[in-house]
Amino acid sequence: MANGTTSKNVWARELFEWIDARFPLSALWKSQVSEYYAPKNFNFWYYFGSLALVVLVLQIVTGIFLTMNYKPDALLAFASVEYIMREVSWGWLIRYLHSTGASFFFICVYLHMFRALMYGSYRKPRELTWLVGVAIFLCLMAEAFFGYLLPWGQMSFWGAQVIVNLFAAIPFVGESLAIWIRGDYVVGDATLNRFFAFHVIAVPLVLLGIVVAHLMALHETGSNNPDGVEIKKHIDPGTGHPVDGIPFHPYYTVKDLFGTMVFLFVFAIIAFFLPEFGGYFLEHNNFIPADPLKTPPHIAPVWYFTPYYSVLRATTDELKWVIAIAAVVFMVWAFLRRGGGNAVRMTLLGAGAVVLVLLYLLEAKVWGVILMGASVLIFAFMPWLDRSPVKSIRYKGWMYKLALTIFVISFLVLGYLGMQTPTNTLTRIAQVGTILYFAFFLLMPWYTSIDKTETPPERVT
Amino acid sequence: MKTTRGLAAAVAAIALAAAFAGGPARAASEGVKLDEIGTNATDLASLQSGARTFVNFCLSCHSASLMRYNALREIGLTDEQIKDNLLFTAEKVGLPMSIAMAPRDAKEWFGATPPDLSVIARSRGPSWLYTYLRSFYRDPTMTTGWNNLVYPNVGMPHVLWRLQGERVAREEAAVKDGRPIMGEDGRPLMVVRLEPLTPGTQSAIEYDKTVYDLVNFLAWMGEPHQMTRKRVGIWVLIGLAVLILLSYFLKQAYWKDVH
Repeated sequence: MANGTTSKNVWARELFEWIDARFPLSALWKSQVSEYYAPKNFNFWYYFGSLALVVLVLQIVTGIFLTMNYKPDALLAFASVEYIMREVSWGWLIRYLHSTGASFFFICVYLHMFRALMYGSYRKPRELTWLVGVAIFLCLMAEAFFGYLLPWGQMSFWGAQVIVNLFAAIPFVGESLAIWIRGDYVVGDATLNRFFAFHVIAVPLVLLGIVVAHLMALHETGSNNPDGVEIKKHIDPGTGHPVDGIPFHPYYTVKDLFGTMVFLFVFAIIAFFLPEFGGYFLEHNNFIPADPLKTPPHIAPVWYFTPYYSVLRATTDELKWVIAIAAVVFMVWAFLRRGGGNAVRMTLLGAGAVVLVLLYLLEAKVWGVILMGASVLIFAFMPWLDRSPVKSIRYKGWMYKLALTIFVISFLVLGYLGMQTPTNTLTRIAQVGTILYFAFFLLMPWYTSIDKTETPPERVT
Repeated sequence: MKTTRGLAAAVAAIALAAAFAGGPARAASEGVKLDEIGTNATDLASLQSGARTFVNFCLSCHSASLMRYNALREIGLTDEQIKDNLLFTAEKVGLPMSIAMAPRDAKEWFGATPPDLSVIARSRGPSWLYTYLRSFYRDPTMTTGWNNLVYPNVGMPHVLWRLQGERVAREEAAVKDGRPIMGEDGRPLMVVRLEPLTPGTQSAIEYDKTVYDLVNFLAWMGEPHQMTRKRVGIWVLIGLAVLILLSYFLKQAYWKDVH
């Protein structure tokens, strides 16, 4: 670039000067890339942010080409996807890259979030980066949900039918709300058209905007690292840059380039040799055209939604009792706790009472929807739930390590159960999984404040 | 550091275990054990034989409307061969494999519209199709005179019966190690066995091969570009492997002064 290096091309330098006089190109490049100092000790887990960005670009590019041949029409949609697979030059490749990309987007984002849970990346001062990240996650789920209707197979249709019907569970306005969302009494052509609009423009537009916000917030505070110590505490007086920091470019651009190549290799193995991935990435029943008169015996969402779907199904009348007991315990604790004023105490007691009243008023199905939503949104509270004096799991005690392990296991078990036909035993396991899932968050203020931590080093290791 | 590695390993192990504990279900098979087969899209003789059986027996009630006749060039046939041997329902090789039967008539005659078969192998799976097409038996209570073990009370008659011959279902007590197996209700468990009634023009082995070729063809038709996909995939992987090496050395070169 024009900055720093001595360009022998006079006209090129003049061009950049011309631009810089009108647009902060060099300044942006410097502040965001070439002079953005990142900790030098990033490990394996730090690849998934840039990889998620790679997948985002891949999805947008392949999506544009799919849109050129796809027909958002209930009578034509299914055949138009097969037309892409059969008649459009390299259409099969574009489609498989897009369908594999959808699953890999979630793989990258889940691992990216897991990294944050391990190293405390959500903690002060990066709360806003984390909150924007949760918003990205929500957008991504919406994007995937809308997109899944488009092939107009049986799973597309009935999956959308089941999820939209969840809104019908909301008291009083639910039924009208569901009709408003669908634009019809059942999922139909109107639904397909609006989901198409959301999938190709509305949600991606928001997604791109908040991805930029996510990066800007991150670059404002600086990146966390596996030790969870702030590199900005040790500034080299000579250069004014963090001693343990290295410029993002060229160090992390070349490192992420390597990571991207390894990722694309794995990605290509799936896209070229296992595009259905045994029915996980492309469900078998979605090769049957949507039939509003024939309900499939077994409706399951795609794998990346199944943990939350499990939470939804696990919420029965019995689980409501568990929530009631938890609310009562919470109220007793709020009553007995020392410190805080009376106002805080009354607020906490009131919150518990509201939960109890809602438990009495709303049926289990509605609570299922509430818990499913809560299981996603609860991530947003992480910065304030974690009371540990240290950020990184390397210096946290056994309690957090155990809690995170249990959380990951319950997440995976819930995900697995969400694909299975429910039986009494499986529902019971899903209920235990749901309780453990929420316990990770709700008990966090308690176990992170009594956990024995080690003193982190002054500088990164 | 050790904790992280341990956690990562545990996560990977659990994810793998979950992936292999059981895949998502295919369309229900009514509890009948399927005969598992693998398909082979490189066996052109098998695919061509399957294509012949398909147009002769299936393509009068079932369409394959997402499939053009001249897509059969991918399995080694010329336009001339397609025109002379396989073109019954259309006039030009560039046309799709559609049928003359109106869906409404078909629904009246069979009770259900025969599904389009373009991607049937991707929803049902080859093993289901292979078992299904070999599980028909005579049943006088059915309007078509035929029933099926894999798909009870199916509307489809046994189109291939002249090849296989007629068979009847006999119920008998299930036996294991010479002793009857008891069901949950305490009574002997019954199994249905198909026995030949009249011989067909093909032996049992020949018939199995005919059905295998047909299913192999259906599996190929579900994704006609699958061999191209794998061929291209190999080159993509080779290219990426080179790029992995290059980017690795590039990274090492840049990072050698970072300690």
